[in-house]
Amino acid sequence: MEFWKLFARNRSAVMGMVILVSILLMAISAPLFFPADPFSLVGQSMSPPGQNGFLLGSDSLGRDVAAGIAHGAKTSLLIGLLATLVAVFVGVIMGALAGYYGGLVDNLLMRTTEMFQTIPSFLFAILLVAIMKPSINSIVIAIAVVSWPAVARLVRGEFLSLRNREFVQACHTLGMGDIRIMLGEILPNCLSPIIVIGSLMVASAILIESGLAFLGLGDPNIMSWGFQIGAGRTLLRSAWWVCTFPGIAILLTVLAINLVGEGLNDALNPRLREHS
Amino acid sequence: MESSKRRTRYVLKRLLQAIPIVLAIIVLNFFLLQMAEGDAVDVLAGEAGSATPEYMAELREKFGLDQPLIIQLGVYLKNVVSLDLGYSFRHDMPVSQLVIDRFMPTLLLMTSTILLAVGFGIVLGLIAASGLNTWRDTVISIFALITYATPLFWVGLMLIVVFSLKLGWFPTSGMENFSMFYHGWERVVDIAQHLVLPTITLSLFYLALYTRLMRASMLEQAGQDYVVTARAKGLTERRIVFVHVLRNALLPVVTMAGVQVGALIGGSVIVESVFAWPGLGMLAFEALFARDLNLLLGIFLLSALLVVAVNLVVDIIYSTLDPRIEMA
Repeated sequence: MEFWKLFARNRSAVMGMVILVSILLMAISAPLFFPADPFSLVGQSMSPPGQNGFLLGSDSLGRDVAAGIAHGAKTSLLIGLLATLVAVFVGVIMGALAGYYGGLVDNLLMRTTEMFQTIPSFLFAILLVAIMKPSINSIVIAIAVVSWPAVARLVRGEFLSLRNREFVQACHTLGMGDIRIMLGEILPNCLSPIIVIGSLMVASAILIESGLAFLGLGDPNIMSWGFQIGAGRTLLRSAWWVCTFPGIAILLTVLAINLVGEGLNDALNPRLREHS
Repeated sequence: MESSKRRTRYVLKRLLQAIPIVLAIIVLNFFLLQMAEGDAVDVLAGEAGSATPEYMAELREKFGLDQPLIIQLGVYLKNVVSLDLGYSFRHDMPVSQLVIDRFMPTLLLMTSTILLAVGFGIVLGLIAASGLNTWRDTVISIFALITYATPLFWVGLMLIVVFSLKLGWFPTSGMENFSMFYHGWERVVDIAQHLVLPTITLSLFYLALYTRLMRASMLEQAGQDYVVTARAKGLTERRIVFVHVLRNALLPVVTMAGVQVGALIGGSVIVESVFAWPGLGMLAFEALFARDLNLLLGIFLLSALLVVAVNLVVDIIYSTLDPRIEMA
């Protein structure tokens, strides 16, 4: 209850939450309002917004831009969420092991993390998807592979600072096993920074996904915003709306998630609040 | 001369630290190449239309593809060290040659982007921090928030719609207008005109980043003891900000500029393919379309090595800028 009070104090975070919930509703209700396959050709091609029954216009093949946006919302949110879950899972394991055991394990894992952070991440994601062939799975894996190091570094830092605290020493004295201490005792104490970094990561995952789809590396069977923009770019001169509206959808979604993430940060880590 | 000796030791140590990362990147690249379906012989056979299994086996033997993985890895390492990155069958050219040919446009784009983003980022961050919580700060913060959330390719397309198609101020794509046969200054001006939109597009994201960083860094410095001292000496606020605080606040921005080079390379793939800018990113996009993985991996390897090199240089510059960064 106190959490919500803190969160609601940040007006921009509440606004972000409102936008995010609307996009979520749009994703859920897409099959209701646009029952047809978003790839299907439903009318006059190249209709400007508001004409021929197209709210946001249609593309060169007569596909409905609005239907694409509604169905694309599910793709973006789903991939963003899944990729983040995988990245957080891997990052927590790596970071926890490195921070808890220290020494050689830490050295080895942190060198690996460093290497992953050196590699140009978007190019790496492109390469992974190209090698694995574009599909939801390969996209999620690629985004997770380039995103986990940030989580690992954060979790390692937290574990490093917590592992010598009295409550952990008490657990050792009680004869608890390492895994139980890590999962049951230390991890719950560093959940809030993990939640914050995870929420911000969903936003960057959506941006990466849209970039991949724009370059033609989206799952060919699933409508996505990046695909719409990539397919519409040749029509820029004659049909600006095909590219414009899906881009606004990406912008709003990412913005909303970033705002919510910052709100979570303020509410969960009051000590870290910026002096503004 | 104790300090110069220590500096040399630090530089050597950083160089040594970079070696395992470079090796690991090369090995990773090798395994990615292995993961890819089919080898060079399959590609060759595919290009040729048909090939008998005997001929393909012969080719594999010739290229050493029948050797155990570990030996192939050794050969690959040796090749990379001697700058042999394999062959692009699509372009019928060695990958290293292709990459070198396309390097200059990317370097031009990245340099102008970094200058624009860091320059404006510092100015905007400074304005925001000095007018804390005024309308200027709010406007700059909102601007940073929005650019942070905008996909680069979309910004590029929208800029094309407005500034090229509607207003006709800048060309839509390419690096220069070959049909005009410009020379000398005219050519420079032509290239500069083509450079404007891609640079703005690529720099927007980093502009937001540097603005936020500069603002935070200024605010952090403002609370330091030396600022209180300067104020107690009776210095004007202007002098305190520009002579004392600014120099210290710049340090994290400089480091970040180095760290972001990797991300900049990823961004240039997108921006170059939007504006048909004939650099490495465009080459990567073409390679992607042609399913030319050899080429794609070559670009990937070189850009990873570039990031390692830039980080090294930034670290060394940093240690001379701020002697407190201990070289321990």
